[in-house]
Amino acid sequence: MIEIRWHGRGGQGAFTAARLLGVAVTLFENRYALAFPSFGPERRGAPVLGFTRIDNQKIADRSIISECDVAVVLDDTLLDASLFAGLRAGGLFLLNSARSELPISPPDHVRTVLVDATSLALRYLGRPITNTAMLGVLAASSDLVGIQSLIAAVRVEMKGVLAEKNILLLEAAYSASGGGAS
Amino acid sequence: MVEKRAFISGNEAVAAGVCLARPHVIAAYPITPQTTVIERLAEMVEDESLRAEYLHVESEHSALSACIGASAVGARTFTATSSQGLLYMAECLHYASGGRFPVVMMNANRSVALPWNIYGDQRDSLSLLDCGWIQAYAEDAQESLDMILHAYAIAEHPDVLTPMMINLDGFVITHTYELVTIPAQSDADLFLAPFQTSNKMDFDSPMSLGFTAGPAYNQAFKQLQHLAMLSASRVIREVEEKFGQLFKRNYSGLLETLYCDDAEYIIVTLGSVAGTLRPVIERLRALGERVGLVRIRYMRPFPLEEIRKALAGAKAVGVLEKDISFGFEGTVYTNVNSALMSANLMRPRLRNFIGGLGGKNISAQDVEMMFSRLKSSDEGERVEFI
Repeated sequence: MIEIRWHGRGGQGAFTAARLLGVAVTLFENRYALAFPSFGPERRGAPVLGFTRIDNQKIADRSIISECDVAVVLDDTLLDASLFAGLRAGGLFLLNSARSELPISPPDHVRTVLVDATSLALRYLGRPITNTAMLGVLAASSDLVGIQSLIAAVRVEMKGVLAEKNILLLEAAYSASGGGAS
Repeated sequence: MVEKRAFISGNEAVAAGVCLARPHVIAAYPITPQTTVIERLAEMVEDESLRAEYLHVESEHSALSACIGASAVGARTFTATSSQGLLYMAECLHYASGGRFPVVMMNANRSVALPWNIYGDQRDSLSLLDCGWIQAYAEDAQESLDMILHAYAIAEHPDVLTPMMINLDGFVITHTYELVTIPAQSDADLFLAPFQTSNKMDFDSPMSLGFTAGPAYNQAFKQLQHLAMLSASRVIREVEEKFGQLFKRNYSGLLETLYCDDAEYIIVTLGSVAGTLRPVIERLRALGERVGLVRIRYMRPFPLEEIRKALAGAKAVGVLEKDISFGFEGTVYTNVNSALMSANLMRPRLRNFIGGLGGKNISAQDVEMMFSRLKSSDEGERVEFI
């Protein structure tokens, strides 16, 4: 089972990203997933968490996720050492940031990828909403999900122009972080 | 029309199930974590994908009262609530069951105040076990949807005519997204016939409804309610069998067992936490440990014979529940203990684990600890908070 933790601020779509990943792997890759937010009251701008569990068989356990294989951070201003907590050995840390390197040291066992997803989001959406961009980064940086499945998932969850803009953003972020031809 | 696979939440699965059941009247008042059920239903009524009367009422007391009134003219009804809202319905819960109105309700299990808390435990519904409603507990979103369809077939059965409450753990089921198969409307229609009842206001066949019964007759009505609830055990099996034939998803009646045939140590629980037990049990089994699970699906009618059979060979049994009857023990434990005490068999050692109150996490490590407690011959505390 693979566990992914999404970090964002209320309104940035961290949980939507967790859910889109679930849609992609269940409806388009014949796997199983659970996606859930950090339960409770939601406030715009406050730090929030989203979670996705992925497995090849039906997932029974719904207890909280204390360890994860991937942490994805949508907002650079959240950055602090606590974001590495619970990342397993060989884990992946994806950060949306304009920086060229991390100002704090990740644990030795964690692989880090930095992408300026905000600039990409402003170009394609005109808004600094980076959840679909970071899904593209995830697809390029791991073998967790295929880019075509993510594109299909966006078409399930979004409509019209919004879907098409997000698909362009998803593909741009995928290419910018080293994803091959789709 | 074909069935559809969707990645949706437990609440959305319930709304999809209700839509397939074609209710005439939906009356509800929003409360976290139930709200998205009635939001989805309101959207369906608005866009006419569901042809129903949707009543925006001013309280839960009014929501259930409206459902009772609608049911009394022969309408199929739905409401949903949670926690304080369910408690606010308490008076009407008895009106619905005593009047034999087969209202179907979804309850999002949530802690009750004080301290105020919106997270999941089962103290809301378990404290109302005696209100005469059938009480079911789902483990995941698919079972939640399917139970809604089952509920109308069970509650409206002429031998039952008793309202039914389907419980989903707040957030853990209501707000978790997962893969759900939504049946085609044509298949749902094959499974669930339109509501037919003689227990209604009818100009052609007038009768008294909502009447008074004094000491000479009152008890007879209550006995009939009790017998109807007992009949529900059989009807639940029949309904699930018919459902399994149509939809190829099979359910196991009042309870589900895992490895109970040869298990020495068994945990009895209900709701979504059963999912946390499953992988732990598989792991312990692989190590040769004879452990098992009983998941209670229905608290009323209570699975008396099924509990006795499932636990007959166990050395020790733990009852894990998100509930406490202050000053005594958990209500599920009381019920399980009573079922075993009244059976003429060797009684296993019994322990009561109280956990998950106000949303407290129950982890795989907690489950391992509970099994190790069961294996210990030390009597320990009868009631233990984990």
